[in-house]
Amino acid sequence: MTEPLDKPKRKDPLKRSHVGHVPPAPRSRAAKAMAVRAGQGRFVLQVCKDCAETTYPPRDRCPKCWGELVWRDQPDGATLVAETTVRTSMDLFFRDHLPWRIGTAKLDAGPVAIVHVHGDVADGAAGGARVRLKLCLDRGGNPALFALPETETPNMQDDPQLRTFTANPKHRRVLVTDGRGPVGQAVAEGLIEAGAATVFLGNADPLMRYPGQASIEACEGIETVPLDIGDTRSVAELAGQLGGRVDILVNTAGFTREGGVGFGGKITDLQAGLDIDVTGLMRLAQAFAPAMSGRSDDGVNAAAAFVDVASVYGLTGRSGFAGMAASAAARLTLLAGLKSEMRQTGIRVMSVLTGPVDDEWHQSVLPPKVAPRQVARAVVDTLANGHDLTPVGDIAKDVLARWQADPLLTIREETE
Amino acid sequence: MSQPAGRSVLADFAAALAGGSLKCVDLTNTLSPDFPVIVLPPEFGACAPFRMEEVSRYDANGPAWYWNAISMNEHTGTHFDAPAHWVTGRDLPSNTVDAVPPADFLAPAVVINITREAAADADFVLTRDFLEGWEQANGLIPPRHWIALRTDWYKKVGTPDYLNMQEDGAHSPGPDAGAMDFLVHERDCVGLAVETVGTDAGQASHFNPPFPAHSILHGNGRYGLQCLRNLDQLPTFGAIIVACPLKIEGGSGSPLRVIAIIEEDAA
Repeated sequence: MTEPLDKPKRKDPLKRSHVGHVPPAPRSRAAKAMAVRAGQGRFVLQVCKDCAETTYPPRDRCPKCWGELVWRDQPDGATLVAETTVRTSMDLFFRDHLPWRIGTAKLDAGPVAIVHVHGDVADGAAGGARVRLKLCLDRGGNPALFALPETETPNMQDDPQLRTFTANPKHRRVLVTDGRGPVGQAVAEGLIEAGAATVFLGNADPLMRYPGQASIEACEGIETVPLDIGDTRSVAELAGQLGGRVDILVNTAGFTREGGVGFGGKITDLQAGLDIDVTGLMRLAQAFAPAMSGRSDDGVNAAAAFVDVASVYGLTGRSGFAGMAASAAARLTLLAGLKSEMRQTGIRVMSVLTGPVDDEWHQSVLPPKVAPRQVARAVVDTLANGHDLTPVGDIAKDVLARWQADPLLTIREETE
Repeated sequence: MSQPAGRSVLADFAAALAGGSLKCVDLTNTLSPDFPVIVLPPEFGACAPFRMEEVSRYDANGPAWYWNAISMNEHTGTHFDAPAHWVTGRDLPSNTVDAVPPADFLAPAVVINITREAAADADFVLTRDFLEGWEQANGLIPPRHWIALRTDWYKKVGTPDYLNMQEDGAHSPGPDAGAMDFLVHERDCVGLAVETVGTDAGQASHFNPPFPAHSILHGNGRYGLQCLRNLDQLPTFGAIIVACPLKIEGGSGSPLRVIAIIEEDAA
């Protein structure tokens, strides 16, 4: 059984930080397509539209009949037919993480695949042991199959191999950017419950009281810190203090106001929204990403992830909240750029997409609305599973599903 | 070419400046992202704080020069309120900062010290009765003066007590309508100069009429100066305030550098 991770000791200042490497990059568009789906927590394989053959690894055409391949969700069961432990490698990432268990699995969906093997899958289990496969993203954003025990085992998230595929908050130090609002507060509490060592919780106006202040300040493990992501100097000053200690950054800051484009919208609201949602994201990235990148594989509390919580309407626009949706759209675009940059460093960039949050700025919006605790759970799940993109709440799930099926139709639906 | 001393008022002034018998007092708080701005209910448009983004600092964006892009509200930091700032002054002539007569940027000040009252009661209200009592003790308020309301409130900058925002609103001293009517109509003041974040009291939205300082000052073409500091360095009479707002086209106000000129031993 997996030994629980010990709380990491303070770093020996005489030791050079361990430089992080990423596994080899994908080589095909099909592999990237698989990665996109893996990032949403789906277990998918390609199926031929002509001969119904299910195939793996990702390919451009059916290996049996050259037919067109489409992605289909698949059962995640498999039988392990062989396994071994790699003890030497020329690859820089795997050299850092040896020994490494791999195996061959016969998928219930059909293909036979090389898989990474969890430590709790019993030794010598190759003689037909049942496993549950997880389609993961590795530190470089590449899709990979990971064989887990068929049933949960104690501390299985602490498996050292599995942990490289996730950004589990356990024992990590997290910066949550906006502690003055209910979402940031719920996220901070959720991360502490998930085992985070410390949550640094940003406060954009330390001289001004805010709702929930007493309970947040009384919560063990949460430290409030001055942080106004609308102010470059404030972000830089905090990064100067905490940059080397932030393992996960969760950006919950946002600016929501009602208004249209030609009718009822305010230019100053749009400017404020862009400054917080978009420029603020860049301020955070420029201040924290370099230090995080330098610590991406430095032990139990290595830097691991940059998570951004944004409105799902950034994908589509939103009637009555045009400026908010526009700044969310720019935010998502900027995040895509950051994701690409960070992929080289081993830091995962993740996105949690929300529908209307049940807060003071969505008073006129009909339910269902997202409770701050739901956002917190989504953030923790995203980190623990190493996902890229998580919709939270019924609205966001519905909008995302429709957008993936027909983007232009969904844009029209959400803006009229 | 030098002027013989004593030949004109301005020459005397120049000689006093050059000779060091006059001194400048900086009445301005430093513009920084940390300086508080007035807080309104969130559904209203907010007062943007000061922001500064570096354009270059002897680097690839400008190898030999350092400069920043700045942004803020017209009423951020130490600032000037023009009559157009308030609805009562919206139809007056020359009511925006670009049109205010420049002669009004230079005016003497009378300093009314309510430090003790403000310390005892953050909601201290300046009334006509108080002003008349003050005049009996100190002398008449001359016409065309800034009324500088010394509270030492600037010493609270950097603490929650500066805005003093409680669940029932802000709490800071200011005048009532009777005091403002007296100062504007009977003492012909240039404007009201304060150390608090606004010329009105923190609770002035509950006054009748609400916001009497803004309403009466600007409705009668007078001005406001807010977020000042160092009024404790000025004499009761005899200071000259220099307050030149930026010439913003159609602007309702402007951050500015405010200085006072006093005689060396005046304070």
